[in-house]
Amino acid sequence: MITFERVTKRFEPWTAVDGVSLTVEAGEFCVLIGPSGSGKSTLMKMVNRLIVPDEGTIRVGGEDIAMLRPEDLRRRMGYVIQNVGLFPHWTVERNIATVPTLLGWPKARVRDRVSDLLDLLKLDARRFRDAYPHQLSGGQQQRVGVARALAAEPAILLMDEPFSALDPITRGALQAEMTAIHKATGTTIVFVTHDMDEALKLANRIAVLDHGRLIQFGPPLEILHRPANDTVRDLIGREDWGLKLLAVETVGQRVRPDVEKVPGAPLPIDAPLRQAIAEMVARGTDRLPVVDARGRPAGVLHLSDVVRS
Amino acid sequence: MRPGSTTVRWRMAFLTDRLTLAVAVLVALVLGMPLLKPLFAAAFPALDRPLYEADSFLALTLDHLALVGLSSLMAVVAGCAAGVFVTRPSGAEFRGILEAVATMGQTFPPVAVLAVAVPVMGFGPKPALIALTLYALLPIVENTVAGLEGVPEAVLESARGLGMGPVERLFRVELPLAAPVILAGVRTAVVINVGTAAIASTVGAKTLGLPIIVGLNGSNQAYVIQGAVIVAALAVVLDFGFDRLAALSVRWRRG
Repeated sequence: MITFERVTKRFEPWTAVDGVSLTVEAGEFCVLIGPSGSGKSTLMKMVNRLIVPDEGTIRVGGEDIAMLRPEDLRRRMGYVIQNVGLFPHWTVERNIATVPTLLGWPKARVRDRVSDLLDLLKLDARRFRDAYPHQLSGGQQQRVGVARALAAEPAILLMDEPFSALDPITRGALQAEMTAIHKATGTTIVFVTHDMDEALKLANRIAVLDHGRLIQFGPPLEILHRPANDTVRDLIGREDWGLKLLAVETVGQRVRPDVEKVPGAPLPIDAPLRQAIAEMVARGTDRLPVVDARGRPAGVLHLSDVVRS
Repeated sequence: MRPGSTTVRWRMAFLTDRLTLAVAVLVALVLGMPLLKPLFAAAFPALDRPLYEADSFLALTLDHLALVGLSSLMAVVAGCAAGVFVTRPSGAEFRGILEAVATMGQTFPPVAVLAVAVPVMGFGPKPALIALTLYALLPIVENTVAGLEGVPEAVLESARGLGMGPVERLFRVELPLAAPVILAGVRTAVVINVGTAAIASTVGAKTLGLPIIVGLNGSNQAYVIQGAVIVAALAVVLDFGFDRLAALSVRWRRG
């Protein structure tokens, strides 16, 4: 759990973070979003003391981080940045092993951990373990970056616009990976982005910042349905609000528990409505069968139910 | 594949290697110079003594190398330490002064440094050592600073963010990444010093400059050539040697 208590940071003459109080629950995927200069990165970098607040307190698991040695604090958290920052003179294996090595893990344990992480990030160990960063594509490098951040099994993972520099397909794949990793590990994730689609896709809760102030903090649906002000509306994008909603809401929220037989391949109940609409258009139909997580029929999704607010 | 062919190819590569060849030429010149006496006698019939024989060329070469080696080592230690210091937050203020001092060290003609050092330290290798060290300082300081500043910001940020302390960052990340640039500075310094060390013989240091200076004083061109040729060969060998080291320091780039 991370708690910010009236945290302020000034970079004279302007105030980057202005009296922010915020609690990120343990195991939560929290996305900080805002326009450039909103203070979202500054707020995140105060968690591992890359930036020290001028006022206020930050607690991690109840402990005031100002009392800890920065190196010890940072080794307990994963850190991923936009420009990856792999060590170019080290192999993938040694890069991933950075924090375990600093912590003095035995060699065999480090090696096993690297193998597990290469698997987790879908990197073929035979091909990548001994490769150098310059031999990897941008997406592969960031996979290694995420693996390196997760290496010492941190309770908290800090990510500063990690996928912003990647092409849309690679970004999508890595976003899906993050959702899966979050589910599998239960790591608390603080993720900075300026991309609302990314935030809606990943977050349990979204914190919207503007001019250093916390404007709104809530789950994606709440942000979409009750934007606190025009800044939030602008971030969502006024024109494709409906499409954003379709990306967040799932089939399960609109399905009719009918027993009616509808032909065609069924949709999983946790698919986003966007996918349902796409299927309807592709198949030229206004209703689709739905199945639950175990593949049993769960009802029928009607187009009219999707568009009704 | 024929058994042993790898060894053969390796042996061929070794024999045609330019560093090996340069070393061979140097050794041949140093040890074999007396054998060339008839040649020099024929080329310079007017000279009574066509071969420098007051000292062996081997002893001169070793003294020359010791002077270059020691002065370069001192310059590397001082230059790298100073370069590291001024790129730390605590030393940033001294950067301007350091660069000014290092530039002055290089602007001063070595002869002038020698001339100033002699009244203070007397004749012998000591003033030569000081002059050469000062002379080697600039390229080493400059390249250390440039090398450390060339480490990408993202790499430094992730090193910090992952929990490396200042010492770990310096030795595990910054210096290894700056090494190729620093090495290039050391190479420049050493190669310049091989030539400059010859001048040190004017203040009584025994180097390969001795036959050159004696030859110039006594209009003995043969002496001049004998000293100069070995100095040149020595510079070439060291340059090729550094080339090899440079390739080793960036092995990860080929991966």
